[in-house]
Amino acid sequence: MVRLPYTTALTTLFSYGLLFAFGQLRDFFRQLIDWFKANDVKGYAPICLGLEDFYVRRLYMRIQDCFGRPIASAPDSWFDVVERYSNGSDKTLKLTSNTSRCLNLGSYNYLGFAAADEYCTPLVIESLKKYSSSTCSVRVDGGTTKLHTELEELVARFVGKPSSIIFGMGYATNSTIIPCLVGRGGLIISDSLNHNSIVNGARGSGATIRVFQHNSPAHLEEVLREQIAGGQPRTHRPWKKIVVIVEGIYSMEGELCKLPEIIAVCKKYKAYTYLDEAHSIGAVGQSGRGVCELLGVDPADVDIMMGTFTKSFGSCGGYIAASKEIIQHLKLSCPAHLYATSMSPPAVQQVISAIKVILGEDGSNRGAQKLVRIRENSNFFRSELTKMGFEVLGDNDSPIMPIMLYNPAKIPAFSRECLRQKVAIVTVAFPATPLLLARVRICISASHTREDLINALDVSAFVLCRIFFYSHTRKGILILIVPIFVIIHSGYQQSW
Amino acid sequence: MEVILPIANATAAAIARVSAAFNAPHARAVVFGIHIDGHLVVEGLLIAAILFQLSRKSYKPPKKPLTEKEIDELCDEWKPEPLCPPIKEGARIDTPTLECAAGPHTTIDGKEVVNFASANYLGLIGNEKIIDSCVGSVEKYGVGSCGPRGFYGTIDVHLDCEAKIAKFLGTQDSILYSYGISTIFSVIPAFCKKGDIIVADEGVHWAVQNGLQLSRSTVVYFKHNDMASLASTLEKLTHGNKRTEKIRRYIVVEAIYQNSGQVAPLDEIIRLKEKYRFRVILEESHSFGVLGKSGRGLAEHYGVPIEKIDIVTAGMGNALATDGGFCTGSVRVVDHQRLSSSGYVFSASLPPYLATAAISAVNHLEENPAVLSNLRSNIALLHKG
Repeated sequence: MVRLPYTTALTTLFSYGLLFAFGQLRDFFRQLIDWFKANDVKGYAPICLGLEDFYVRRLYMRIQDCFGRPIASAPDSWFDVVERYSNGSDKTLKLTSNTSRCLNLGSYNYLGFAAADEYCTPLVIESLKKYSSSTCSVRVDGGTTKLHTELEELVARFVGKPSSIIFGMGYATNSTIIPCLVGRGGLIISDSLNHNSIVNGARGSGATIRVFQHNSPAHLEEVLREQIAGGQPRTHRPWKKIVVIVEGIYSMEGELCKLPEIIAVCKKYKAYTYLDEAHSIGAVGQSGRGVCELLGVDPADVDIMMGTFTKSFGSCGGYIAASKEIIQHLKLSCPAHLYATSMSPPAVQQVISAIKVILGEDGSNRGAQKLVRIRENSNFFRSELTKMGFEVLGDNDSPIMPIMLYNPAKIPAFSRECLRQKVAIVTVAFPATPLLLARVRICISASHTREDLINALDVSAFVLCRIFFYSHTRKGILILIVPIFVIIHSGYQQSW
Repeated sequence: MEVILPIANATAAAIARVSAAFNAPHARAVVFGIHIDGHLVVEGLLIAAILFQLSRKSYKPPKKPLTEKEIDELCDEWKPEPLCPPIKEGARIDTPTLECAAGPHTTIDGKEVVNFASANYLGLIGNEKIIDSCVGSVEKYGVGSCGPRGFYGTIDVHLDCEAKIAKFLGTQDSILYSYGISTIFSVIPAFCKKGDIIVADEGVHWAVQNGLQLSRSTVVYFKHNDMASLASTLEKLTHGNKRTEKIRRYIVVEAIYQNSGQVAPLDEIIRLKEKYRFRVILEESHSFGVLGKSGRGLAEHYGVPIEKIDIVTAGMGNALATDGGFCTGSVRVVDHQRLSSSGYVFSASLPPYLATAAISAVNHLEENPAVLSNLRSNIALLHKG
């Protein structure tokens, strides 16, 4: 967990206060100018009232060029970022036809399957010619091909569960499966930092939701005891069932879940466990089988294992692996299976080939090499960054490393400076993270070579000098002046 | 009479004595130069009594929280239901498995069958040009996009596809989603929040219903495809209610209803929308590429300018033979979704080869309007028979 130093909290709050004040001033002038302009949508309530989109208009728009950068090539370890310019007011960014070749530290490409692969791509093209790009049908009515059944068996074998079911989108997997498993009268206990898809699925299910402190089995036990003893709210009837939802690797913290302790607590209190391995399947573990393998947990102890194919397998979609009865029940009742177009056949083939490479069934040991490389790359990069003095979160072996920035002015500074040095990184601010805890999130890939990482470290050191030097060595007035300086110069534009 | 007089005299005497006592000189004292009258003493005593009562704790029955042992017993006794209910007898689990592309003729278990199950309206599955463009895209960009749109998941083909769709339909801008059903159940909660009013058709399909539920707005249903029912519902909601001016109001309809196959009468809906000042969200999954002279959807079919419809969404898994979805409208509508639509922000973007397939499919539709006349003649044949 992040511990925010007192002075940093004060300066960050001050910066946000300044941004808020400037934003309100501009809103005031905008309202004044709009008094004189005619409004052509009379009678309709505006799409966003008042302060609903204040953050977007006045804070996000200033640093809009740090997000949503388009690329013109495959998201491999080096890619072409399209340059954009704005005509003074940052409201619209226009594309140019220039691209710059940058080192990719932002895409989820853990095992390097993002670009064309020597084994996978010919098979994908063959399946494209045979099955075409889509089946145009739902799974139950002619959308299931031989590829889909093959992938379901392969995923079940890979993960270590009896049976599995696949979907075309990872987000839809979570948000449509959770309502099928728990309904009204049930209880969902989810980690406080769970992904938006889990939150949406939990809300859509109608069950009561309780949150336990991030990665804290002790607090989970406390919540379980209190809830089982108290029963449903108001009526105090006993709960129908309790499902505890955790993630394998948390994407904004890079931390591994404390799975053995949480499983022990859930077994003691007869709660069901749901593990979301979106970022950890294929990326951690001796043979890429995820956090269960890494932490020595038997897959039979986790009731439902969910994962996505976007990150480590270079495709799209998600899966659920569980016992045969649960999968049969899901096939009969899950809306994403009954009403949504089935997963695109070439994407299915990509996952099949990627899993075969990881397991070594393609006849080479590329899979094992990739797994060793990503582990070595992650550990090397993390240790070097920590030596440089950055505050890096996350555990060893995790390919995600967030570097804390805190101050909002550092977000565009870091991002733009790195891009100038041909390194593409991802900065994350509110609302994906808490307001005061903005960070840079680096995703390491197996296709990064040692030279790439050393290059990235040199650039980080250079940026460290330019941006961080002030706040670490000079306290006092410089902490206040630098944010003002950067805000005024980096984001000044006309009223929106 | 004789009884009353002495009593009256006695009470008068008592009152006189009491008031005399109050006004008696010896009841007056001087403390620190302030005259203290008798009534001040009584008032002081009353205040002291009130303060004394207030300071006493009121009686509440004592709270007895559960002891650890009791909680342990409750936890041991509690029996959860199984995670999934037992499968009913006769429930169908085996689905037909295709052995080749889901075109008009396909193979199941070695037998060649005619395919009436796929929503392949324009017959674009197996189209050579589309497959060639997809092959080129896979070789250049790989299969997946490896990131959400905000974090290097925006590939130039996505921007081209959005521009192409906007140009084809004649709207200002459009936005791509990575999965067909996630389009509508992300768009509705992005615009409709708690306290807003949505008037929706009864027969909308599951994804729309899920979106309505996630939005937490007040949803009022009107009879399936019945314009009189819609008019009366709108009238009831807005009649005499001054506050509705400030609340956001939406009508949610589908162009071709997935569950019943009926077509929504758009001209009537637009007329009602303008009268009562509602915004329209039109779900065009099954009508994009099907209705209209050149396949531009329900608006072209009825001759309504597309600007009058505020938000148009469609899944591309039907006529366009690809996957994913799009939403189109004015610049304000589309820009709002780029930051507040959860299926766009928190999910990986559409695989680039599917975006290329969409662009090729729209190109094909523009160049060969004859496919639509083929489609219409087939539909007419089936209806006649």
